[in-house]
Amino acid sequence: MGIVLEARGLTRHFTGVRALSGVDLRLFAGEVHALMGQNGAGKSTLIKVLTGVHPPDAGTLALAGEPISPGSPAHAQRLGISTVYQEVNLCPNLSVAENIFAGRYPRKRASGLWRIDAAAMRTRSRELLARLNLDIDVSRLLSSYSVAVQQMVAIARALSVDAKVLILDEPTSSLDEQEVKRLFDVLRQLRGEGMAILFVTHFLEQMYAISDRITVLRNGERVGEYLKADLPPNALITAMVGRELSAAVGRNEAAGAASGPLLLEARGLGRRGQLNPVDMTMRAGEVVGVGGLLGSGRTELARLLFGLEHCDSGELHVAGARVRFDNPAQAIRHGLGMCPEERKHDGIVADLSVRENIALALQGRLGIWPYLSYARQKEIAERFVKALGIKVTDIETPIALLSGGNQQKVVLARWLATEPRLLILDEPTRGIDVAAKQEIMNEILRLAREGLAVLFISSEMEEVVRVSDRIVVLRDRSKVGELPGNSSEQEVFHMIAAQA
Amino acid sequence: MHKLLRRLFQHRLLWPFVTLVLLLAVNAAFNPGFWQLQWRDGHLYGSVIDILNRAAPLALVALGMTLVIATRGIDISVGAVVAISAAVAALMIGGELVVKGGVQTYVSRFPMGIALAAALLAAALCGLWNGLLVAKVGMQPIIATLILMVAGRGIAQLLTGGQIITVYYAPFFFLGNGFLLGLPFAVFIAAAVWAGLHLLMTRSALGLFIQTIGINPAAARLAGLRERLITVCVYVFCGFAAGVAGLVISSNVKSADGNNAGMLMELDAILAVTLGGTALTGGRFSLAGSVLGALIIQTLTSTIYSIGVPPEINMVVKAAVVFVVMLLQSPEFRAAVRGVVLRPARSGAR
Repeated sequence: MGIVLEARGLTRHFTGVRALSGVDLRLFAGEVHALMGQNGAGKSTLIKVLTGVHPPDAGTLALAGEPISPGSPAHAQRLGISTVYQEVNLCPNLSVAENIFAGRYPRKRASGLWRIDAAAMRTRSRELLARLNLDIDVSRLLSSYSVAVQQMVAIARALSVDAKVLILDEPTSSLDEQEVKRLFDVLRQLRGEGMAILFVTHFLEQMYAISDRITVLRNGERVGEYLKADLPPNALITAMVGRELSAAVGRNEAAGAASGPLLLEARGLGRRGQLNPVDMTMRAGEVVGVGGLLGSGRTELARLLFGLEHCDSGELHVAGARVRFDNPAQAIRHGLGMCPEERKHDGIVADLSVRENIALALQGRLGIWPYLSYARQKEIAERFVKALGIKVTDIETPIALLSGGNQQKVVLARWLATEPRLLILDEPTRGIDVAAKQEIMNEILRLAREGLAVLFISSEMEEVVRVSDRIVVLRDRSKVGELPGNSSEQEVFHMIAAQA
Repeated sequence: MHKLLRRLFQHRLLWPFVTLVLLLAVNAAFNPGFWQLQWRDGHLYGSVIDILNRAAPLALVALGMTLVIATRGIDISVGAVVAISAAVAALMIGGELVVKGGVQTYVSRFPMGIALAAALLAAALCGLWNGLLVAKVGMQPIIATLILMVAGRGIAQLLTGGQIITVYYAPFFFLGNGFLLGLPFAVFIAAAVWAGLHLLMTRSALGLFIQTIGINPAAARLAGLRERLITVCVYVFCGFAAGVAGLVISSNVKSADGNNAGMLMELDAILAVTLGGTALTGGRFSLAGSVLGALIIQTLTSTIYSIGVPPEINMVVKAAVVFVVMLLQSPEFRAAVRGVVLRPARSGAR
C-alpha cells in the first residue's frame, strides 16, 4: 500500500517552547496508524499542524505525493484530511443533522434563492450514521444524546466529506466497551476501503486491538516508527517514557488492614431516574472500587454521596452521625472530597493560577474569612507541587497551561489540602499518560494506607480490580453485588453480565 | 530597567490609562485653561474637578457592575435602580422652607437618615430580586435584569407620579454639591466605596470566589463555594451601589425625575467596566480599571462639549472614540497591527 500522507521534519515552537522538533510521520493507505506518547509529547501539536490549525515553523507535508500546506482545518478538510478532536466540539444547540453538515449544508435552488435542503441533509445524515450502526433521530438536538453518541456524530461529520485521511484524537475516552467495539468495526471497515487512519489514545489495549503501525513521540521528537508486532507493550512504554517503569502498582498490600472504623454508611440511598436505592459501607483506609460500565450509575453514585444531587430515598451516615448533604459545601465540612469526572468542565478553574487552584477547596471550607494569606497559600501549593511531582516552574502559572496529567494532580492536591477523610475519585486517570497515572495511583494508595477512605471509579476495570480492597458492582443504575478486592476482571464482568 | 518596562507594557491597566492621558491631552490642547484650578470659598474649582465630580456616580455604578460581570453576569437594570432610589429619597424628604421665629429652616417629611436608608434599602431589594432570578431561578442575567430595567422605571414613575419631584431640603444637597477638604463630597463617596470594596476583595477570599464563579461555576460549586449565595450578594451590592449613585445624582440636581434619572446609565457602566479591562466573559476583574473607565467616559463627554462638537453628532463622535479604544485594547488587533508593521521585512523568506 502506498503512502497517503507524509510529513517530514515538522517543527513548531510556542513562545520559546519547542513543541515539535523535526518529526516525520508516514500514513499508509488501508492502515490504522497509532500515535503514542505521554502528555506533552507533542501529539496534539502534531495533529494541529497536520490539520492546519498551526502552520509548521519548518518541515514539509505531502498528500499523495503532492506538497500541501493546509492553512486552516477547513482547508485541510477540503484536501481530504478529516479530524475528530479530543473534546467533542460540536454545537449542542443544533440538531444532529445540522452538526454533521455545519458549514457545508446541502443547498437547493428554489425560487431563485440558495436554501438549505433540510430533507437531503437529514437523509444523508441518516446514511452516514447507519455506516456507524447508529439509528437515531437526526432532527433532535445534539444535546439530547449521550456523550458517546455525540462522539459518533463527530466521526460521522468527519466522514461526511470524502476523506483520504481520518485523524482521531482520543476518540474512545468517553465511550464504553460496547461503543468502542462498534467504533473499531467502523474503523476496520474504513481501513478496508483504503483510508489512512491516524489514531491517538492512552488505552494501550485498544491501541493494540486496532492499529497496524505505531509512531512514538517523546518531548516533541519522534522516537521511532514500528510495526505493531515489533513493539510489545513493555518496549512501547519504555519508548514513550524513556526509562523502564517499575512494576505496576498493586492493591493495598495490607489488604486485610481495611478494618478501620466505619466511616460511611448508605442505606437505600437513591434518586429516582438516576440511581436505584444502594446500600454500601466504607471504612477508614479502605479503597472501594466501583465496577460498572458507562451509564451504570457510577457517576450518579458519586454525585449523590457528595451532595451534588439530592437523594430522594434512604439515609446517609458519616462517622456515625446521620447527615443530609444539600450541597458539596456540607459534604466537605464532613471531610469528603471529590475529583470529578470531567476535569475541564467541573475541576480546573482555567484562568486561576496553580496556587489558587490548590487553595480553593480549603478556602471554600473556611469561607470568605479568614483568607489564607499569600504566604500560606504559597506554602501549601509548593508542598503539593513537590509531593505529587507537578511539573510547573512557577506556581503562579495559570492551570490551563499545564498538561492534562498535571492538571489532574492539581485537582487532587486541592482535595488533599483539605485533609479529607474520604475522597471520591471519578475517573482520576482518564486522558493522562502512563507515568502520571502511576504516580497518581501510588499517591492514592499511600494515602489509603494512612487512613484515607477512597471511592475509586474508573472505566478501566483492570485498574479497579488492581487497587481496590472491595468492589461495588453496578449495573443499570442499581447495585448488583460486591466482590472482594482480589477478584479478577472476568469475575466483575461476570457479575455484571450474570444479572442481566 | 528592561524588565520594568516590559512589566509596564504588560500591565492590564496600561491601555485604559494611556487613553485617559490622551483624552486629557486633547482637552488641554483645545482649552488652555483646562488644568487651571481656582480656590474659591474654600473649594477647588476647575474642569478637572468638574470631571471628577460628574464621574463619581458612574464610577459607583461601574464598581457594582464590575463584580456582576466578574461572575459572568450582567445587570442592565442599574439605570432604573438609580431612578427608584432617587425617587424614594426625594419623596421621603420632600422638604419645605419654613420661617420659625424669623429664622429660615428646612423641614423634611421624614428624617433624612431614614429617607436615605429607605432609598438604599429599596435599591438593595432591587438587586436581591435580580440576584434571586439569576441564581435561584436560573434565568439568563440579561433577561432577568431586563425585567427590572423595564419595570423599575415604571415603579420610579409611579412613585413620582410621573412628575419631576423637586426637593427643598438643603442638607440633602450636600451629597451631590457639597465640598469636603476643598473637593466635591461625591468624590469621597465613590472613593470610600472603592476603598471598602478593594479591601474586601484583597483581604477576604471574596475576590477569589467571585473570579472562580465567573470562570467555572461548576468547579466552584464542587470545591464547596456557596456559589448561589455569593452571586445573590453580588447583585445586591450592584443594586446598592446604583442606589448610592441615585442619591448623589438626585442631590446634585435637587430633584428626582423618574423618567430620565439614570437613563442609559447601564450602558455607560458596562462600557466603563469593559474599558477598564474586565472581560464580559467573567473571571479576572479590575476595580481600578472600572474607575478609570468611568473617568474616561466622563472626560470624553466633557471633551465633546468643550471642543465644540455640534450636539447632533456628539453621540457619533463618542461611539467612534470608544471603538478606537476597544480596538487598541484588543490583543488580537494589536498583534495584527504589529504583524502588518513588522512582517513585510521578512515576508519573502518562506
